[in-house]
Amino acid sequence: MKLKLMTEISASLLLARWKQTLVAAIGVTFSITMFIALLSFMSGLNDLLDGLIINRTAHVRLYNEVKPPEIQPVSRDKKFSGHNFIHTIRPKNERQEIYNNAEITRVLRKDPRVLGVAPKITTQVFYNVGYIDLPGSINGIDVGEENRLFMFKDYVTQGNYMDLKNTPNSIILGIGAAKKMMASIGDVIQITTSKGDRMQLKVVGYFQSGLQDIDNVQSYASLSTAQKLLGESNTYVTDLQVKLKDITIAPQLAKEYRRLFEVDAIDIQTANSQFETGSSVRTIISFAVGITLLIVAGFGIYNILNMMIYEKMDSIAILKATGFSGRDVNRVFISIALSIGIFGGMLGLLFGFGLSALIDNLPFDTPALPTIKNFPINYNPKFYLIGTIFSIVTTYFAGYFPARKASRIDPVVIIRGK
Amino acid sequence: MNPKILEAKHISKYFHDPVTMQVLKDVSFDLNKGDFVSITGKSGCGKSTLLYILSTMDTDYEGDLLLDGVNMRNRKESELARVRNEKIGFVFQFHYLLNEFTVLKNVMLPGLKLALHSEKEVEQRAYEKLKILGIDKEAFKKPNQLSGGQKQRVAIARALINNPLIIMGDEPTGNLDKKNSEIVFDIFQELATKYNQTLLIVTHDNEFAARTQRVIEMEDGKIIKM
Repeated sequence: MKLKLMTEISASLLLARWKQTLVAAIGVTFSITMFIALLSFMSGLNDLLDGLIINRTAHVRLYNEVKPPEIQPVSRDKKFSGHNFIHTIRPKNERQEIYNNAEITRVLRKDPRVLGVAPKITTQVFYNVGYIDLPGSINGIDVGEENRLFMFKDYVTQGNYMDLKNTPNSIILGIGAAKKMMASIGDVIQITTSKGDRMQLKVVGYFQSGLQDIDNVQSYASLSTAQKLLGESNTYVTDLQVKLKDITIAPQLAKEYRRLFEVDAIDIQTANSQFETGSSVRTIISFAVGITLLIVAGFGIYNILNMMIYEKMDSIAILKATGFSGRDVNRVFISIALSIGIFGGMLGLLFGFGLSALIDNLPFDTPALPTIKNFPINYNPKFYLIGTIFSIVTTYFAGYFPARKASRIDPVVIIRGK
Repeated sequence: MNPKILEAKHISKYFHDPVTMQVLKDVSFDLNKGDFVSITGKSGCGKSTLLYILSTMDTDYEGDLLLDGVNMRNRKESELARVRNEKIGFVFQFHYLLNEFTVLKNVMLPGLKLALHSEKEVEQRAYEKLKILGIDKEAFKKPNQLSGGQKQRVAIARALINNPLIIMGDEPTGNLDKKNSEIVFDIFQELATKYNQTLLIVTHDNEFAARTQRVIEMEDGKIIKM
């Protein structure tokens, strides 16, 4: 059947019941709107929460773990090859430094899969407040690289992060620790290192991650300050934090680096597996709700088409009597359903975008997340594509059964019934 | 001699609900081109049932039906739809016009479906048919603005649009008053004599039947007079 003729017949049937048609289309619009808004918001929230971890955590971390050697000396001796039973193994007193870290850094920076490398020193200290010693830890960082790769600046809520580099013997205190010590910016505080040495550091800023456990203990100093703190040379580094261009290859690269550099390497997926799980569960829930909405809208279309078929029984019968085949009639009703779906769906995409933009502009103020001002929204085109496909598929199926019924109408029964 | 348009050979039909009963018993007859034939009989004698079998809309029968020399047995639904579209024009007791379309469009629909000619040409032909039937002035009205007699004439124009081999009517004057019945009969008469159109009309109006060229009289599913 010619397309134009089919469209004309479909359109006339549609317009004959335009109010019901509109209601059906609004149903689709509403469900697609909610689907888009819900997924964008959920996904934005997921990204925000994941970002809290992913932005701050190395994708692959190279370090030396305190652990007993995997190959004990006795096994290296040819005389004792085979199975040896060794009891009471203890870890060796090994330095936590990464050997030859300058060369490793150079190699890593050349690797095309790597976005950047930031060296780090982690050390335990005590903050001295009067007579009390508060336990804490200081991260010695390369300020420039740390900011470029791990958005250090976002978490420095007061003070200028670059002062850490420019002022010698300076510290950025975790906001919880600073409150306990009642230290303001510009004050000088005293700390005790794990070796018992005392040192005075100038506070140049506050650091707030949003995770209270971290903010109560953690502080930042420059790499050289940390080295001085520990009495080590300027080649001393305990961690190399690698940020990758593609986070998914982290487990594979961790394995590769472990072998290549003979250090311990852990990837972000292994270190933070609970975040993956949380994100995927939230995504599944939002998809389930969105799809339920669409299916409900599909039932609306099904109802309206069924009604239309009962009302237009005569028209269908005469079309069939004058030479329209069952397939033609089927196509007319499918195209009615699809045009409701496409029209309603497109409007839904528009409204969904609008609603997302509205949520995006709602203020969302929480002391735990200092960098977040509005509700997070992810404008991923993927959601719009899924919404389009789903609106078309559900309306197709909603139209399929009524259309099949219409195509099977026996004109004889209707014409004789008059 | 005119060619045979329609041949019915030993057609029988059974209804199975509520009990099996034979409604058509071995019906056979021929129609030649240009014949103006009526089928009459009492209500329930099977004349309408026969018409629906002849029109290919009812496929549940025994025997053979040849339209234009082609057997209609074991054809697909879409093939039969095509045959109805191209070779058969229908006029029913009720007009069955689509109120959403104009009169002209209603007449055009089967022609557009056949798609043998462009839309412009189909429109031209539809207008001509309306002119023959004297209702060309109503072409752009909606069917519900017309009188009963006018509607039935539009239905006849629709039946004519594809220049069918045969026009079949199921009580085409059943819903019309005396005057309009007269008009419709005159139209049929004119089509038969002037345009050599074959017509097969089922009616219980004996007066109408008597004026056709040939009367097939049925009783109890059999042809009793032909």
